[in-house]
Amino acid sequence: MKKGFKIIVLAKQVPDTHNVGKDAMKEDGTMNRAALPAIFNPEDLNALEQALRIKDQFPETTITVLSMGLPKAADVLREAIFRGADNGILLTDRKLGGSDTLATSYAIAQAIKTVGDYDIVMCGRQAIDGDTAQVGPQAAEKLDIPQVTYAEEIVGISDKDITIRRRLEHGVETVNAPFPVLVTVTGTAAPCRSRNAKRVMKFKNAMTSMEIEAANADKALYEARPYLNITTWGADDVDIDAARTGKAGSPTFVKEIQSVVLQAKESKRLTGSDTDINDFVKDIIDNHILG
Amino acid sequence: MNNLFVYCEIEDSVVADVSLELLTKGRKLANELGCKLEAIAIDNNISNIGDQIFKYGVDVIHVCDDAKLAPYQTIPHQKIVCDIIRQEQPQIILFGASSVGRDLAPRVASALKCGLTADCTSLKIGDYDEKKTTKNPDTGEITTTVTPYKNLLLQIRPAFGGNIIATIVNLHARPQMATVREGVMKKEVCDENYKGEIKPFDYKKSLSDIDFVVKIISREIEKSKINLKSAPVIVAGGYGVGSKDNFRLLHELAELLGGEVGASRAAVDAGFTEHERQIGQTGVTVRPKLYIACGISGQVQHRAGMQESAIIVSINTDENAPINSIADYVITGDVAEVLPKIIKSYKANSK
Repeated sequence: MKKGFKIIVLAKQVPDTHNVGKDAMKEDGTMNRAALPAIFNPEDLNALEQALRIKDQFPETTITVLSMGLPKAADVLREAIFRGADNGILLTDRKLGGSDTLATSYAIAQAIKTVGDYDIVMCGRQAIDGDTAQVGPQAAEKLDIPQVTYAEEIVGISDKDITIRRRLEHGVETVNAPFPVLVTVTGTAAPCRSRNAKRVMKFKNAMTSMEIEAANADKALYEARPYLNITTWGADDVDIDAARTGKAGSPTFVKEIQSVVLQAKESKRLTGSDTDINDFVKDIIDNHILG
Repeated sequence: MNNLFVYCEIEDSVVADVSLELLTKGRKLANELGCKLEAIAIDNNISNIGDQIFKYGVDVIHVCDDAKLAPYQTIPHQKIVCDIIRQEQPQIILFGASSVGRDLAPRVASALKCGLTADCTSLKIGDYDEKKTTKNPDTGEITTTVTPYKNLLLQIRPAFGGNIIATIVNLHARPQMATVREGVMKKEVCDENYKGEIKPFDYKKSLSDIDFVVKIISREIEKSKINLKSAPVIVAGGYGVGSKDNFRLLHELAELLGGEVGASRAAVDAGFTEHERQIGQTGVTVRPKLYIACGISGQVQHRAGMQESAIIVSINTDENAPINSIADYVITGDVAEVLPKIIKSYKANSK
């Protein structure tokens, strides 16, 4: 039996759309992104926990966390390292901006290929800013490996394969998949453990090269302690074809954006008259409350 | 060629409701586009597939009927669907936004390098003018070119946690792909006697043994269980509904809106409906997009189970019922009179 596995966990930094406060919408009805705190995508934390559980059982397991995003996404990599991941890779480049799920999955697949050797890629089922659940399966297709989506628990692991219980909308299914495999984990899976105090002490100064530059940090420290360096890759480091990334590589276009008017809980008072009922029904249809 | 396709999700040889809803919508969109509606059916023992879905206005069904293909598995279904698309060149293909559709559609989109929009809440046909501005590097002259695109699939969906509604289009890549959740579209037979054509698809060419590397060890699928937690709309009744008989109105509205029926403890205790439907501290906690409380006074125990619903409607004869303080809409009136009016009005106003 192997003493460890090679796991890549995909993590995304997302605006906290589940906790939208009053100031999240500007007066003109557009999103005030600055008012939304950036957080670790919740289901990616569930995925990290599943990886950490494998490492608990097989201590020679290595967990590499990969995030594509803005330079500040280094925060989620540090957070993952504090909770037990071995190292982080930040894929950041202006050329990747404006990517839809297809272009994003291409860039992520390229980064995974650059990491090279892996048994399992794990990620959350979906990210809360888009709720698409597409990037995981699309990356699996590009890597030409099988996928297990909606994973809730790893029920067995061997040198060659992994057995996983999936949570479907109408029941559960247990499947066995050979390595390498991509697994997407649902929010019903075990929550992620908290930070480990010793790891926080050890890695609190872990930074990307950009951050080291910006903070004017003591470079000798980072030479002496290489584990404090969070790897940063740009598009060229992972051999990205410009035609397949960013806006150029994204087949979908946003035609228009309409903001949903957030109503204060001041109730509309209606009678049971035909006119009132008609107005109410039109209201809920027009405001996209249904569907 | 260039028709509208629906991937039919099938469990135990029966086509899922979400697929029937997509066929219903697909028929309407195909009429607007002047194209055929075609379906892909991959499962085992589906010789009656025509009886199941022709009546939704399906012109062609591409069938793969084999024990190896059921239950659903990602890679075999993906390979077959991709080959059917390559052969038939549809302009649009729709999938259910279920654990099958959301597993399959992204993989198909990736293999075909197509755009895919998840969880659409509305689909329309419309036009889009693409504006491109180019600057001549020598003269500095700016020219704007407009490329019109006609009859695109407008894929409308909420984003950013429901704070914005985005309309997405795919300009170049075909097919245009979208997923839609169960209950979002209406299921409606278009013509009981509609007859289309069954075309068996030679799926064996699409598959090799290596496509079956993932093994299903066990499956426990519960059928048609009351699923309050995932219902986007809940019509809940309290003691004020008055009788078991009146609860039928709640079922009628819930079905119309693609939702479920819930109840307060008082209604369950009075025997109006079954215990599984109880919402509240001692029942289920729900947060649907729309919660219609019918004759529910709104004790704190009940509110604890539903107060995070996005929109709350209270229908009550008592205009000071406690639930009204957390309701977005308060309709003062008798449930037995108001519900039939809502049902009638919704039928008249919905797509």
